[in-house]
Amino acid sequence: MKTIRVANGQGFWGDSIDAPINLINYGNIDYLTLDYLAEVTMSIMQRQKKKDPENGGYATDFVKLIDLTIHKIVKNNIKIIANAGGVNPEACRRELLKIAKKNNMNLKVAIVTGDDICNNIDNLIDNGQDFKNLDTGKDINSIRDNIYSANVYIDSFSVAEALDLGADIVLCGRISDPGLVVAPCIYEFDWSRDEFDKLASATVAGHIIECGAQCTGGNFSQWMDIEGLDNLGYPIAVITEDGSFNITKPENTGGLINRFTVSEQILYELGDPRQYISPDVCVDFTSFSLNEIGDNVVAVKGVKGSAPTTTYKVSVSYFDGYKASGQLTISGPNAIAKAKKSAEIIWKKLDGIGIKYDKTSTEFLGLSSCHKSLAVTPDIVNEVVLRLGVKSFDSKAVSRFTKELAPLITAGPPGITGFAEGRPRVKEVIAYWPTLIDKKIIKTKAKL
Amino acid sequence: MKNRLLGDIAYARSGDKGSNVNVGIIFKNASDYSNALNSLTEKVIKSYFADMVKGDVIRYELPNLNALNFILNDSLEGGGSETLINDAQGKTFGQAVLMMEIDF
Repeated sequence: MKTIRVANGQGFWGDSIDAPINLINYGNIDYLTLDYLAEVTMSIMQRQKKKDPENGGYATDFVKLIDLTIHKIVKNNIKIIANAGGVNPEACRRELLKIAKKNNMNLKVAIVTGDDICNNIDNLIDNGQDFKNLDTGKDINSIRDNIYSANVYIDSFSVAEALDLGADIVLCGRISDPGLVVAPCIYEFDWSRDEFDKLASATVAGHIIECGAQCTGGNFSQWMDIEGLDNLGYPIAVITEDGSFNITKPENTGGLINRFTVSEQILYELGDPRQYISPDVCVDFTSFSLNEIGDNVVAVKGVKGSAPTTTYKVSVSYFDGYKASGQLTISGPNAIAKAKKSAEIIWKKLDGIGIKYDKTSTEFLGLSSCHKSLAVTPDIVNEVVLRLGVKSFDSKAVSRFTKELAPLITAGPPGITGFAEGRPRVKEVIAYWPTLIDKKIIKTKAKL
Repeated sequence: MKNRLLGDIAYARSGDKGSNVNVGIIFKNASDYSNALNSLTEKVIKSYFADMVKGDVIRYELPNLNALNFILNDSLEGGGSETLINDAQGKTFGQAVLMMEIDF
């Protein structure tokens, strides 16, 4: 039976820059998938595009990667599927074609559009799409004037169409994370929309490898047994045309693939395991078996799927005020008491000049700030990090907060340091609004 | 058997969905998994995370992986970019659950 080797070299914006290069050089792979889009990334790109409609709004890291690796990609005959197009896949494509031309290479770059509904969202609301918040049930009108971006998680068949056109590189905007892996399977194995078990199986493969090193020994409970974390291999799914697959990694890399490293990743960000909804299929994560069939090879068989829903998920981002967080390191005798006193001074001072915030936080890092009362903390520690944060729609109020930390070094209790980075920055809060849209409304298009 | 920690018999990983956290617990062997089905109820997990989880707790079972998946609602004070807390994405909840003392 025919098999393809599909790798993931980028689990999120900011992931290892070596991982995709290593996979291109040593992975013996057919497809490289790369995920550059976190939930807030689209809003950043949308603003870049507003500033520069012609050239802004895509993942520039991806262009750099292709510039570095174009010869190897062509030599090793690797196709690439990336959501690096962001909100301006055309611009990203132009840059890639420039690189190809510079290197005298013929590179076919396809783009997939139709996911970006930001410019059309008012129309859609007025025509009856209610875009209720999936988590809170709130009405979209409460944030309508503050929307930064709105993108549909499109299905994998739209991306497979781009491969049908003969593309070497497919640039998409929003696509479901596992869809980056499902698309090449649809293309290579000619799967149809109602082959639910196969689609479900490729979706599980995509889910396992979508966070890069998180299935090859990264972020693993038994971390002390993992060798080579400095040279961690990124994952490869070897997928057979019946949908079953093995998870492995390049030879001569660090890390570990066994039933537990893979299982931890299967459980990552999982909801109801019997109802894992992708744009392509509903997957039953309780249906399959997991077997170690060799060193660093885990086989997955028997995945069951069922018909997808009639809606796509939509990720809307919107402006939700300003925030800042900053910290001070407090050392020496009575460090805890001094940290508490420092927090008290800052809050009292801001309160005294009449500033109120929508939200504040006071954390003592080192004193079980993450796990609260679950861990016993000693009464005496020799140092603690005080971390404070505020949120408000008034940027001046937030800015004022950022100026109140450093003075404590000379005007507070003794032994305070850790302010080399300067004042904290005031950041916009970009909030996330998950919602749904009727599939019939969305028309995607793949073109070379 | 008494005085074991969950971390002696299981692995765990956590992640976020908005302000909610999921904690997946994978048991190293099937007998501990079947004991956990009786012992690690939604109520037990909710009470363990009493000062970290504001919402309710939902449990799902994955017998094929000897694993349980717990959804801890309203645990990240808004989550994502809205929250001010250090562990904005609930990355550390998995390690927290492994510190639990168990009596099975």
